[in-house]
Amino acid sequence: MPQVVKFVQGNEACVEGALYAGLNFFAGYPITPSTEIAEHLSLRLPQVGAKFIEMEDEIASMSAIIGASLTGCKVMTATSGPGFSLMQEALGYAVMAEIPCVVVNVQRGGPSTGLPTHASQGDVMQARWGTHGDHSIIALTAGTVQDVFRMTVEAFNLAETYRTPVVLLFDEVTGHTRERLFLPEPDEIPLVERLRTSVPQDVNYHPYLPREDGRLPMSDFGGVHRYNVTGLYHDMWGFPSEDPHTVHDLIHHLVDKIETSVNSIALYKEYYLDDAECILISYGSPARSARHLVESGRLSGERIGLLELQTLWPFPAHVVRERCREASYVVVVEMNMGQIVKSVKEAVDRPERVFLANRVDGTFITYKDIGNTLRLIQGRGV
Amino acid sequence: MPIKDYLRERFFPHIWCPGCGHGTVLNCLLRAVERIGLSKNEIVMVSGIGCSSRISGYVDFHTLHTMHGRAAAVATGVKISRPELTVIVPMGDGDSLAIGGNHFIHAARRNIDMTALVMNNRIYGMTGGQHSPLTGYGSGATTAPYKNIEPSFQVVDLAMAAGATFVARTTTYHVRQLVDVLVKAIRHKGFSVVEIWSQCPTYFGRKNKAGDAVAMLKHYKESTAAIGSEALEQNPNLVGRGVFLDEQRPELCEEYERVIQQARQGRQ
Repeated sequence: MPQVVKFVQGNEACVEGALYAGLNFFAGYPITPSTEIAEHLSLRLPQVGAKFIEMEDEIASMSAIIGASLTGCKVMTATSGPGFSLMQEALGYAVMAEIPCVVVNVQRGGPSTGLPTHASQGDVMQARWGTHGDHSIIALTAGTVQDVFRMTVEAFNLAETYRTPVVLLFDEVTGHTRERLFLPEPDEIPLVERLRTSVPQDVNYHPYLPREDGRLPMSDFGGVHRYNVTGLYHDMWGFPSEDPHTVHDLIHHLVDKIETSVNSIALYKEYYLDDAECILISYGSPARSARHLVESGRLSGERIGLLELQTLWPFPAHVVRERCREASYVVVVEMNMGQIVKSVKEAVDRPERVFLANRVDGTFITYKDIGNTLRLIQGRGV
Repeated sequence: MPIKDYLRERFFPHIWCPGCGHGTVLNCLLRAVERIGLSKNEIVMVSGIGCSSRISGYVDFHTLHTMHGRAAAVATGVKISRPELTVIVPMGDGDSLAIGGNHFIHAARRNIDMTALVMNNRIYGMTGGQHSPLTGYGSGATTAPYKNIEPSFQVVDLAMAAGATFVARTTTYHVRQLVDVLVKAIRHKGFSVVEIWSQCPTYFGRKNKAGDAVAMLKHYKESTAAIGSEALEQNPNLVGRGVFLDEQRPELCEEYERVIQQARQGRQ
């Protein structure tokens, strides 16, 4: 059978990836530049007997997917900066109550209404720390339409594996760029299905009692086990608790389940790193410009390479440290005032050799912009 | 089934103050469920934050204690994904109509099949007695030391205007009527709103010299009358109790099933 090839924008690739992963409930609210995701899903989901609803705001969208996830659905919402801000409350609830869900943020310029139709990567830290309280989170990103598909599938897999919200941090350029998408065959990419409890009916089921491997099997709401879910600190029954040991154990569980799995969550691509004395680190659409610069630099004999991060949180510090060990300097390419560059500086052995090449005027960062920064670092002038 | 079999007794004693009306609401709600003959596995209770919202912890249903004001939105996700479940959404007055006002009116507009209880004690009890959208003009609260200058929502009018298809009001004094109304509300296909006056002697009562729980219940008895009664007709100062609206209109989940049929046919 010939492979299915589509010519689509990143937002449509996100829809295809979500359907491939088994999405069966979406709630959302219109916002540029993510709206196409909701539009396409409103058409596609009922075709497979799944549910779509346009809610009254992003607070309600995030709340609705939490409710649907508990009944056993694979769920997603999609938004951009201002809507992502409104979702932070319920995002924290999903962290606390350990509810698998995927939250897409097609980033635009901020703060506030900002630049609705222009690309930015200003929400990297909001994805990490936007909701209140200590917690860990998973955030993935992509710079090509094909990678948007792949990362969307990964997001669902990670959400189910770790019982956690997963943020997909795309950007306006990735969301609206049209290019070729090869649709994988069914079963070509392994899918993680929800781990459901084997506890039979009429036997006590503890929704928040981790197994030996740390995972918590779920029981669909409305099924045979009745239990409580709350955003308060809770015991193994899901009932509110202020017992210091219970609180201590739960916050450590919520953080550790993700931070101790950083190796298996870390997704990245590397180009020409083996002998690179200059390493670019980038993610999302700017990684396209970075790669262009690397490819052309290699043609003229420059020892330059690219580490493209696809997992931003938990930050793959070990990968960055190891890959950058031999580099003379490291340049982080991102479209913000410097958000991931801080994590890179923390990760590497010689933080004084880490520089930022950014662009924050709403214009897409080009290979020339990055090249200019490189010349400044090398003392060659722009 | 005895009422106590619907309770999670190991989570008692409850957190409510002596004299609080919310226990009466819980009692009447369980009697209504028992009378309808619903099994515990069929019911999902979704609540928000506040004194009222703790009700979900004490009942042996599928219970979801969510965020302040968000109960109706989370319940919407539960109901659309599993329309066969009976969804009950107990909320406080601030929970449902201040922070959750937007979700409340939109759930009503969609006519999604669930039962919303507005447990109206006219105060934010959990935080110690601040004024809510139902406190009322001239009443006292910790954040209205010079008396409240804001008028109240009329819950019944608001719910009807927003699109709810079953709307009722009663009080914790009128427990037989409360059970009857809850039975009808839960059985109703569509968005049902039941406003229940529920006394808070600890905060509203003390701030307004309303007396103890007994005095507040007596006030409920004396200041209300059944809809259609002679007493209500003769005294316009009384507040009506009973079912204000009970009609059938297209329900959201059933409408969405039609969308699915349409989408599947279009695909063939």
